[in-house]
Amino acid sequence: MSLVLVLAGIALAASSGLAALVRRRQPQLAQRSACAVLLAGAVLGIAGALLALGQGRAAQIHAGWSAPFASLELRLDGLSALFLLPIFGIPAAGAVYGCSYYPQASHGNHALRLQGFYGLITAAMALLAVAANAMLFLAAWEVMALSGFFLVLTEHEREETRDAAFVYLAAAHIGTLALFALFALLGSRSGSFDFERIARAGLAPGAGIFALMLAGFGLKAGLMPLHFWLPGAHSAAPSHVSAVLSGVLLKAGIYGILRVSGLFPVLPAWWGFAVLAVGAVSAVLGVAFALAQHDLKRLLAYHSVENVGIIAMGVGMAFIGRATGEPALVLLGFGGGVLHVLNHALFKALLFLGAGSVDRACGTREIDLLGGVARVMPITAALFLFGAVAISGLPPLNGFVSEWLVYLASLRALFSTVPLVAWSSLSAPVLALVGGLAAACFAKVVGIVFLGLPRSGRRPAGEASRGMLAPMAALALACAFIGLFPAALLPALKHAAAEWAHVSPSLLEEPARRAASSASRITVAAAILLGLVYGLAAIRRRRAPVTTQSQTWGCGFARPTARMQYTGSSFARMLTLRFGWAFSPRARVELPAGPFPARASYHSQVPDTVLAAALVPASRAAALVASRARRVQHRVQGQALLVGMTLVALLAWRFLFW
Amino acid sequence: MKAFAEMVFILVVVIDFSLLVSSRLKAVIRAAAAQGALLSVLPLLLSSERVEVGHVLALSLGALVVKGVVIPWLLTVAIREARIRREVEPIVGFIPSLILGAVGVALAFALSNGMPLPTPEKHDLLVPTALSTVWTGLLLVVSRRKAVSQVIGFLVLENGVFVFGLLLSDFMPTMVEAGVLLDLVAAVFVMGIVMFDINREFSSLDTEKLSAPKD
Amino acid sequence: MALSLFDLFLALLLAPLLLGVVNRVKSIFAGRRGPPLWQLYADLLRLWRKGVVYSHTTTWVFRAGPLVAVAALLTAALFLPFGGAPAALSFSGDFVLFAYLLGLARFATALAALDTGSSFEGMGAAREVTFASMAEPALFLCLVTLAKATGGLSLTAILGPALPEAWVRFAPALLLAAIALFVVTLAENSRIPVDDPNTHLELTMIHEVMVLDHSGPDFALIQYGTSLKLFLSGALFARVALGFCEREGLLRLALFLGGLAGFATLVGVVESTMARLRLSRVPQLLVGASVLSAFGLVLLLR
Repeated sequence: MSLVLVLAGIALAASSGLAALVRRRQPQLAQRSACAVLLAGAVLGIAGALLALGQGRAAQIHAGWSAPFASLELRLDGLSALFLLPIFGIPAAGAVYGCSYYPQASHGNHALRLQGFYGLITAAMALLAVAANAMLFLAAWEVMALSGFFLVLTEHEREETRDAAFVYLAAAHIGTLALFALFALLGSRSGSFDFERIARAGLAPGAGIFALMLAGFGLKAGLMPLHFWLPGAHSAAPSHVSAVLSGVLLKAGIYGILRVSGLFPVLPAWWGFAVLAVGAVSAVLGVAFALAQHDLKRLLAYHSVENVGIIAMGVGMAFIGRATGEPALVLLGFGGGVLHVLNHALFKALLFLGAGSVDRACGTREIDLLGGVARVMPITAALFLFGAVAISGLPPLNGFVSEWLVYLASLRALFSTVPLVAWSSLSAPVLALVGGLAAACFAKVVGIVFLGLPRSGRRPAGEASRGMLAPMAALALACAFIGLFPAALLPALKHAAAEWAHVSPSLLEEPARRAASSASRITVAAAILLGLVYGLAAIRRRRAPVTTQSQTWGCGFARPTARMQYTGSSFARMLTLRFGWAFSPRARVELPAGPFPARASYHSQVPDTVLAAALVPASRAAALVASRARRVQHRVQGQALLVGMTLVALLAWRFLFW
Repeated sequence: MKAFAEMVFILVVVIDFSLLVSSRLKAVIRAAAAQGALLSVLPLLLSSERVEVGHVLALSLGALVVKGVVIPWLLTVAIREARIRREVEPIVGFIPSLILGAVGVALAFALSNGMPLPTPEKHDLLVPTALSTVWTGLLLVVSRRKAVSQVIGFLVLENGVFVFGLLLSDFMPTMVEAGVLLDLVAAVFVMGIVMFDINREFSSLDTEKLSAPKD
Repeated sequence: MALSLFDLFLALLLAPLLLGVVNRVKSIFAGRRGPPLWQLYADLLRLWRKGVVYSHTTTWVFRAGPLVAVAALLTAALFLPFGGAPAALSFSGDFVLFAYLLGLARFATALAALDTGSSFEGMGAAREVTFASMAEPALFLCLVTLAKATGGLSLTAILGPALPEAWVRFAPALLLAAIALFVVTLAENSRIPVDDPNTHLELTMIHEVMVLDHSGPDFALIQYGTSLKLFLSGALFARVALGFCEREGLLRLALFLGGLAGFATLVGVVESTMARLRLSRVPQLLVGASVLSAFGLVLLLR
């Protein structure tokens, strides 16, 4: 029943684009009907997922398919259900937001295409989560990647959008190639392409499989150094598309890693250490890059790299737990990682939607040109602040809960009986560093964009419309719920972890009970915190002192102006200097000249190091070599030579090696 | 005895860290002197009954005099002659060299358990401390710009080898004494070269010294 | 439970006294008689009665900043065991919540600072969050070392009866962790050598400049929050440093208060004898503290 609901949701989501097409003459009605169809699909899908989580049993559907090696094998287990929650939820919020942010009336065909592919990507990701056959999985993966490409390309008139979309497509297809190789390997070794049969075959996890898995899924998830396509693609797309890309598309990579690693009965410990290390590097460097950005959406994209790193750290701890047979590590690592998947989807979507509202109202994404937005857009500012507190991992919101589970995993590893595992507890200080840097970055973002005075005279046009605020408020409410009642999702996480690790749920009962009792104390602490804030505010209000309004203390400046405020770059300067070894910054400086300088300017940019320092020069060199080599083809003799040489080589291979 | 030796070893590693992060040359020289003085106590703490006490006492005293007094005094004279007070930012940077040092120390402590040694262990912290000190000395030599810091790095390297040599002190006590003697010879030799070089270098940078402000 | 609540109440009441002891020690070093020990109480009362001035630039964030900061610190105080009694609330991994509640207080204060639209507050907020992000790993390394040594995962378990045994078995590692913890405490509370609480020059301020614009009852809340944070950090350090003594009953409370007084004296001595470090040297100090506590952890893990 739950799987049927999910399939119905998939069908509705896929066809939501068509609904917009049918009534093109009335754009507002068309867009609203497409949004309604997508919402209906999302409601069905989430209902199916919650039903599956409540039942605790996996639902399955078999069907034949004429494609080679493929069958329509669908399975909805705990892991799929947990991933289906954000897969359906975030696009639903984004679709409602898009009705006001990207109205079909003003954007015409762009909006039509966007809605079509929006529904298609939702359907593809949901199908990915329930696919139990490798070919079906890959088909859904391709549809998802291509839909993402077209979504990024929505505003294809701009050159930077085309560049970003191309890099995204190249990265996605390299990843898909790796996945084809991975599944071919798995299929040939186990004799079937159905996940269940692969799992039962009891394969040995090898280094080749690990490399292909990490490369293929890591390119999609955005683990360093495979993240290079992320910042461009997420900043070029419209904001509600970025919300889906950051919040859900990246998680498809994490889902793939979990699904494939769940196919093996035992995992080697070095898999866990490798994923933990990659996650730690992604987290630290992701937030360091984010600190150096001053484009709001690029900054949020790099924070996605950081959060995917945190998720990978949790997954790595779970791998280590499976390898050494410690159920506490499995539960806490898996629980922390998957809960962070859900949490990150929620608060990242909230932040991207807020960034879209600010972009729309002020006409720019440059942090250093903004300021004082909270005076004109107070509700957007409050909701964005909510998201900022959540993403920094501060109590009492949901970011803290999932990070706390990952901390707990590394702390439990301290007391492991296997000596090597105890060293993985060094991931706790790394996580602390990441948390501190993330809080610093979001203090910068919220403070520079929303507080203070406008730095360039740009004032926002007005508060965002209710259609844009409502989905943000819904996401904020979900963040608050998970933050205040973390124990609610623990039973579902325990069940999914047991299924993933091929152990019986009773083995995870003890650590789950301890985690649940700790989680309930977190609820108490959160309640006390909120109560104290309210109480102190009441006492303060009753005091009602004599209030005077005045200027900010200018510290002796004769005429302080808004331009004298700290900008984002100056705020983050000390930290970006500390991480300067990882960046390749570019600056355009026009120094003040003469005794009465008329103008001066400073423009800096921190492009992605992997892209700017490694891939672009490498591809330019490859293009040069290729163009030189192509000259052979300009004459007929050259082409004939190539054909002849290929024939000779094939004949030699046939006769010498077979 | 064992607890004291453990304290000494840990203090030696802490001094290694302080050497990596400090930029004031006087402090670095004092730290290296303190390290040498600490190490001179080790033969007394770790000696077994097989060697006569007088021998061990002479060894300790010799090491204390050479490492704790003579060499630091030579170095102090050298920096006074060259009138340098601070180390400039090293090639790797102070914080990266500290982190590299910390990583090396962690690896040394983690992996030294599995090392096959020909002689029985005198103390389970001996080998890791020796490896850490050698690593610190290597980092100092490789990443510092001023010659005096490189010499100090070389001396720290010698300290690490001295700790290693204590493993052999039961079987080949003269080996350790020879090590101390080698230390003195090497130090005087290198010192001479360094002072000569610094003086030569300094005299060609005369005008630059005049225009630079007093520290 | 009643004892825990009584100890907590006592702690909240005595927090401004600790700052008074620090100031008195500094005055003695300077050859003055110095302000009375209860000076901060008088200051708080006076500020509470005053009027308040708000800037045109500020929004509700500025008014909410001190409230959220003090509320977060009060909630954090629930998890720390005082004077030998267990903490009011505890669960495994609660020191993570403790550290992050301090982070929430800092976040709120930094945002309130940026709300004023003055470059000075922005500068202070930038410096504060930078040094805090470097102090966090050091703090966590200390706590992880303590957790490994005592076998506990909550502050009550770490600072409880397991601590004296841990001191006997792992003295060097705990000593390193204690030294690192002291450095982190100085950094988090903006004392010398990281920041100078007495100065009001741009070159030398970090914490003071963030709260420059607050006045009246808001400033009273900020001052109380500062003293409470120092008290909490001091209680943690005092228990860790004096953990090798184990006493019962009233003597425990006396030992705790004595340890706190010792901590305040130590802070005062450090402030009177050392100068503030150059800002570019502060990261070296914090990374050095991290490396020390990491070395302590390595000693325990091998």
